Amino acid sequence: MSGLFSNVFLTALLFGAVTAAIPLLLAGLGEQMSEKAGVLNIGIEGMMISGAYLGFVGAYYSGSFGVGFLTGALGGIAVAALMALLCVRIGLNQIVIGIALTLGLEGLTALLHHFQFSRSYPRLPAVPITEIPLLADIPILGPALFKHHLIVYFSVAMVLVMIWVYRRSQLGLNLQAAGDKPAALDVAGIDVIRTRTIAVLFTGTMAGLGGAFLANVGAGLFIPFITNGAGFLGIVLAMLARGRPVWVLVGALIFGMCLSLTTAAQVAGINVPTDVIQMLPFLAVMVMLVLFGRRASLPAALGIPYERGAR
Amino acid sequence: MSQDAAPVRALDASAGQAGGREPLRRIVITLGPILVSLVLAGGVLLAVGVDPIAYYGFVLDRGLLSPLGLQQTLTRMAPLLFIAAGLIVAFRAGMWNLGGDGQFLLAAVTAAASAPLLVQTLPSWLALLVACLFSAFVAMIWSLVPALLRAYQGVNEIITTLMMSFLGVSFANVLVKLVFLDPATTVPQTRTLPVADRLPRLFETTVTSGLLFGLATIVIVHLVMTRTAFGLKLRIVGANPRAAIHAGLNVPLLTVAVFAISAGLIGLGAAVDIVGIQGNVRADWNPAYGFAIIPVVFLARMNGFAAIGFVFLLSVLWIGGESAARRLGVPQSFTLVLVAIVLITLALAEYLDHRFNQARRA
Repeated sequence: MSGLFSNVFLTALLFGAVTAAIPLLLAGLGEQMSEKAGVLNIGIEGMMISGAYLGFVGAYYSGSFGVGFLTGALGGIAVAALMALLCVRIGLNQIVIGIALTLGLEGLTALLHHFQFSRSYPRLPAVPITEIPLLADIPILGPALFKHHLIVYFSVAMVLVMIWVYRRSQLGLNLQAAGDKPAALDVAGIDVIRTRTIAVLFTGTMAGLGGAFLANVGAGLFIPFITNGAGFLGIVLAMLARGRPVWVLVGALIFGMCLSLTTAAQVAGINVPTDVIQMLPFLAVMVMLVLFGRRASLPAALGIPYERGAR
Repeated sequence: MSQDAAPVRALDASAGQAGGREPLRRIVITLGPILVSLVLAGGVLLAVGVDPIAYYGFVLDRGLLSPLGLQQTLTRMAPLLFIAAGLIVAFRAGMWNLGGDGQFLLAAVTAAASAPLLVQTLPSWLALLVACLFSAFVAMIWSLVPALLRAYQGVNEIITTLMMSFLGVSFANVLVKLVFLDPATTVPQTRTLPVADRLPRLFETTVTSGLLFGLATIVIVHLVMTRTAFGLKLRIVGANPRAAIHAGLNVPLLTVAVFAISAGLIGLGAAVDIVGIQGNVRADWNPAYGFAIIPVVFLARMNGFAAIGFVFLLSVLWIGGESAARRLGVPQSFTLVLVAIVLITLALAEYLDHRFNQARRA
C-alpha cells in the first residue's frame, strides 16, 4: 500500500481521469448546443456508437489515428443528419426517434462488427502523443495533463470556442433564441429549422469524435455496445451545466476522476466487483443532482418541434 | 421535459385518441410502414450477405405461425404489457419515466430472491402474491428519488430516471453476485423457483397466465386514465402543471403517486416474468425491455388498446428474430436494427397521415 500514492501512481490516476473525461466532454459540449437550440438529443448515444465503430474501422484500415477521428466524426454526422431530418425538419417526436436511433445504431454496429471481425477484437497500436514543451516537464502534472494525443487539446480548446460562440457570436444568439422562443427568431428573419439543424449536426460531430476517442484511445479496440451510456452522461452534463461550456468541462473531469479512481483501486488490488465500479459515476451524478439539481434550468422550447405558423 | 414542453404532447395524445378514425386506415398506416421496414431491414441483411427471405421466413414461422412460437410470443407479451401500462400512466401525466430498466431488474431480483424462500413456508399462490408485492414495492422505492426531486425540487426527471436506471441495473447485478447467490450452482445466479410453484400455464399450452394479468392491467390502466376522476387529474398535471396547481390539485403529491404507480407496475411486470417464466435471475441478465417499450407507448399514443397491438408486434419480431438469428448466424443485434427501423417508419407514417388529414380538411 505504501506505493499507492507515489508520484507515478498519481500521474497515472490523473492521466486516466483525462482520458476518461474527454469522450464525456465532447458529448456534453455537443449535446449542450442541441439543448440550447431546443432539441433534446436522446439519439446522442447512437451517434457516439456510430462514431466509435467508424472511427475504429477508419483507424484500423488506414493505420492513422487522424483518419480514425475523421471517419468517427463522419459517423456521428451521418446519424445526426438523419436525426435533423426526422426531428427538426419533419418534427417527429424527439424521444421516439432518439431512442430508435440509439437502439438501431447499437444493433447495426454490433452486426457490422460481427460480420467484419467475427469474434476477434483486433487492437490498435499505441496512440501517438504530442508533448507540450515546458509544461510537460512539470513533475506529476506534466506527464498527466500535457502528454496526450492532439485531439485532447482540441477538445479542451473547444470549450473556449464554445464560450466565444455563445457569448459573442450571432450564431450563439440564434441558438439561444431557437431554444427559448423560436417564433421570435423566425420573425427576426432567421430560419429556425436551419439553426437547429446546425446545432444537431454539431452534436453529431462532437459525439462521433467522442465515440472514436472512446474506442481508439480509451480502449484501443471496438467492442459492441462500447459506449455503455456515455452519451446519456453527456446529456446529464449538458443539463447540469446550464448552457455554460466550462461546467461541462468541470463535470466531465469529475466523472473522469471517478472512473479513473475505480480503475486505480482495482490495479492497487482493492477488490471491488466491476458492477460497483460502474455504479460510481452515476452515483456521482445523483449526488450532484440532489445537491445542485434545482439549478438545472432548461430552454423553454426544449423538445418541441418548431412548425411555422403553428399556434 | 420543461414544464412548458409537456402540454403540447400530452394534449396531442388525448386528441388523437378522441378523434375516431376508421379502423381500416389505422391498419393501413400500421401495416404499411411495417412492410416498408421489412424491405429496408432486408436491404441491411443483403448487405451483410444473408438471405432476407429465409430470415423473414424464420421470423414469421417462429414468431407467429408455429404453435410453439406463438405461445412463446404470447408469453413474452406478459411482462411487456405491465411495462407499457406503467409507462402509459407516467407519460399521460407528462412525466418521462425513462428508468424502466433499473426498476425492472431490481424488482426481478427481489422476486427471484424472495419467491423460492416464500414457497417453502406459504401456500404457493400466496407466496407468489407476496413476492409480486415485494417487487412492486422495491421498484417504487427506486423511483422515489426521481419522484421527490421532480416534485419538490423541479429537477428534470429524464436525467434522474436514466441515472437511477443505470444504477439499478448495476446494483441488481451486485445483489445477484454477492447477496442472493445460489450456493448450489457455479454460475452466479439466484435460487431457482421450482417449475411446479410458478404461475400456472394457460390451458394445455406453455403460455403463462401472466399474459391475462398483463392484459387486464393495461386495460384497467387505460380505463382509469381515460374514464376516472383520478385519471383526469393526472392528465391535467400532464397537460398543464401550472393550471393543475391553480385548479387546487396537489401536484407534488400526484407526481410522487404517478412515479410510484408507474414503477410499481413495471416492478409487477418483472415479478410476473420471474415467477411465471424465468424462475431465477442470472448475473448480467438485462433484457432491456423498458427502453424498447418507451417508443412503443408513444407510437400507441398512450392508448392502452393500441399498445396491446404494438406489444404483440414487438414480441413477434423479438421471438422470431431470436430464432432466425440462431439459425442463420445473424447476431441477435439485428433485431435491434429491425425494431429501430419499424419505429422510425411508423413515426413517419403517423406524420404523413396527419399531414394528409390536414390537407384534406383545409
